[in-house]
Amino acid sequence: MGLRGKDLIEVRGLEPAEIELILDTAESMKEIASRAIKKVPTLRGKTVVNLFLEPSTRTRTSFEIAGKWLSADVVNVSGSASSVVKGETLMDTAKNLEAMSPDCVVIRHAMAGAPHMLARALRAAIINAGDGAHEHPTQALLDLLTIREKKGHLDGLKAAIVGDIAHSRVARSNIYGMRKMGMTVTVAGPPTLIPPGVEELGVKVAHRLEEAIRDVDVVMMLRLQQERMQAALIPSLREYARLWGLTLDRLAAAREDVLIMHPGPVNRGVELAPEVADSRYSVILDQVANGVAVRMALLYLLIGGKPAEAGA
Amino acid sequence: MDLIIKGGRVVDPANGLDGVADVLILDGRIARVERGLEPPEGTPAVEAAGKVVAPGFIDLHVHLREPGEEYKETVATGTRAAAAGGFTAVVAMANTLPVNDTRAVTDYILAQARADGVVRVYPVGAVSKGLRGEELAELGELAEAGCVAYSDDGQPVMDSALLRRALEYAQAFAKPIISHAEDAHLAADGVMHEGFVSTDLGLRGIPAAAEEVMVARDIALAELTGTPIHIAHVSTAGAVRLIRDAKGRGVPVTAEVTPHHLLLTDEAVRGFDPNTKMKPPLRGKRDVEALREALADGTLDAIATDHAPHALADKEVEYDLAAFGIVGLETAVPLGLTHLVREGVLDLPAFIARLTVGPARILDLPLGTLSPGAPGDVTVLDLDRELVIDPSRFYSRSRNTPFGGWRCVGAPWMTIVGGRVVMWERVIKGGTR
Repeated sequence: MGLRGKDLIEVRGLEPAEIELILDTAESMKEIASRAIKKVPTLRGKTVVNLFLEPSTRTRTSFEIAGKWLSADVVNVSGSASSVVKGETLMDTAKNLEAMSPDCVVIRHAMAGAPHMLARALRAAIINAGDGAHEHPTQALLDLLTIREKKGHLDGLKAAIVGDIAHSRVARSNIYGMRKMGMTVTVAGPPTLIPPGVEELGVKVAHRLEEAIRDVDVVMMLRLQQERMQAALIPSLREYARLWGLTLDRLAAAREDVLIMHPGPVNRGVELAPEVADSRYSVILDQVANGVAVRMALLYLLIGGKPAEAGA
Repeated sequence: MDLIIKGGRVVDPANGLDGVADVLILDGRIARVERGLEPPEGTPAVEAAGKVVAPGFIDLHVHLREPGEEYKETVATGTRAAAAGGFTAVVAMANTLPVNDTRAVTDYILAQARADGVVRVYPVGAVSKGLRGEELAELGELAEAGCVAYSDDGQPVMDSALLRRALEYAQAFAKPIISHAEDAHLAADGVMHEGFVSTDLGLRGIPAAAEEVMVARDIALAELTGTPIHIAHVSTAGAVRLIRDAKGRGVPVTAEVTPHHLLLTDEAVRGFDPNTKMKPPLRGKRDVEALREALADGTLDAIATDHAPHALADKEVEYDLAAFGIVGLETAVPLGLTHLVREGVLDLPAFIARLTVGPARILDLPLGTLSPGAPGDVTVLDLDRELVIDPSRFYSRSRNTPFGGWRCVGAPWMTIVGGRVVMWERVIKGGTR
């Protein structure tokens, strides 16, 4: 089987079997990273446009490497360099890209729903690399790959996602992905950063960090955007760090084999104490490595050839 | 203009009338409503057997966009859309460019209506200069120029003291104030209803409380000053409760509701179609149920469309960037006949009342009735007409509606203003353009 849609916009719409397929494919891609010559001809002659209309280093680089290792022609269009700043609309940008016949457009955008617009307008496969506070499906998939790799399975595991749930696309995609794969999820953070009705996504809500991380297999800490203070969502970074920051002391409440994850970039000393980020529990750099594999898998599954060519 | 409309089912809620009769219009005014009328020799006749004949429909809440945003709508195109939709009168909001806060702008709108309009146009003057909510507009001069109410619609009047003074001052001219009830701080930069769907979509929410705290305030100020206040586009169950309670206590408050708030919930936002973005936002299921109940029991006095035309360029953008609002003049009556009347939310006479005598009383307009002497404005409905809403056929200059493709049964058949047929089977007659 393959993926059902032409695009990857939301984890929400994926079947568990599709997630398995993506993770299995990603696993087979990982071997390429260890080769002396990191290149396979799978996507030779295919064009991938990375349309990044919001600043990003890690995700854009990861997509670029993924495309290049598969021999696709990769073009990066970033917010500052593109015509978007000259007043061109997203729709016009999309139509102009379409005229150049790309096979895949990877889009990162500050506003929810932008990839949906593109998916409706373009024949090319659209991959959502993060849209506003909506979804960041490749992040969730690389997180699931990392957890599965470390724990051997996903079904039955318990995770806590801590921090600014309200504004986090990473949280939404992970909640969907983890729930679909049989994990239980607790979200935790200041009540001002827990969005209304979040329980309807099938998660528990905790208002104390200690309560959230007790007995879980995975703790995912989210980045706190500094501008949340201006909107009176939190009183200060100091108080946030004191109540919601993960320190080694607090980690004592967690299981001995807990995994600490973070989508990056880390605010050291705010949501994550430096000694936790660098601890043996941390799998943050595994996440980054797996990001390339997951993106290779998706490019291959969406615009690659027959399954027999996988990892060729 | 003389005209006789023969043999239709006449539904005139203002006079408690529902039965087959002829309607005779002489010199542009209703002359008689009776069975088997013999009109003067040569009076043009409309055969309306099998049709419903009602007083002309009034839309209390329309944005005609002229002056200033003629690429979205003009008095000419907006009044044609109104006629096509079965409306004989529209109330035009003040948020034009420049704002209708001076006599010159009111004069201009009325001049355009005389020159190019096909239905009656009643301008609303601004409460505050430039809709800035800081200083009162010259309410007296606006009344003299022909404004029928005051509103900063589009912008809430956040300063309660300013609204209090506006309500007091407006008493001299016996005009109500129409409130766009939305707390700007609570609404902030929200783009949809705050609830599970906004959480799921990652879009910023506007809580129901943003409307309710302002409705509560507006009611308190109407009580304090004794000036009638009209709540525009009520969207929440909490606002309905507040209005019902205030009316029960005799506070001079009235309210309207839009077809879209009666028919759609925030679930419609899934898929990020910018034509589901408006203020107030589409609310939850319980809100819709409360609105329907309140429309039926009369807590909500009128159906108004909040016709808000926007060009494609204002809408075919990211959801966050899209303009708020949808067009409504050409969809309200078919949608209402189909999804409110046929589905039993309220009966036909009550539906017609919310489009005729309801809005007429709110603004004290001499319309909404077939009483002898009233202006000869009549809307004739074909309850059996089947149609699919097709935005490409709108007379409006804009196409921004979430209802494209909806199937309806029942539609306006003829629109008559002052005894003159201005629309018959979707064809606009008359006007200079």
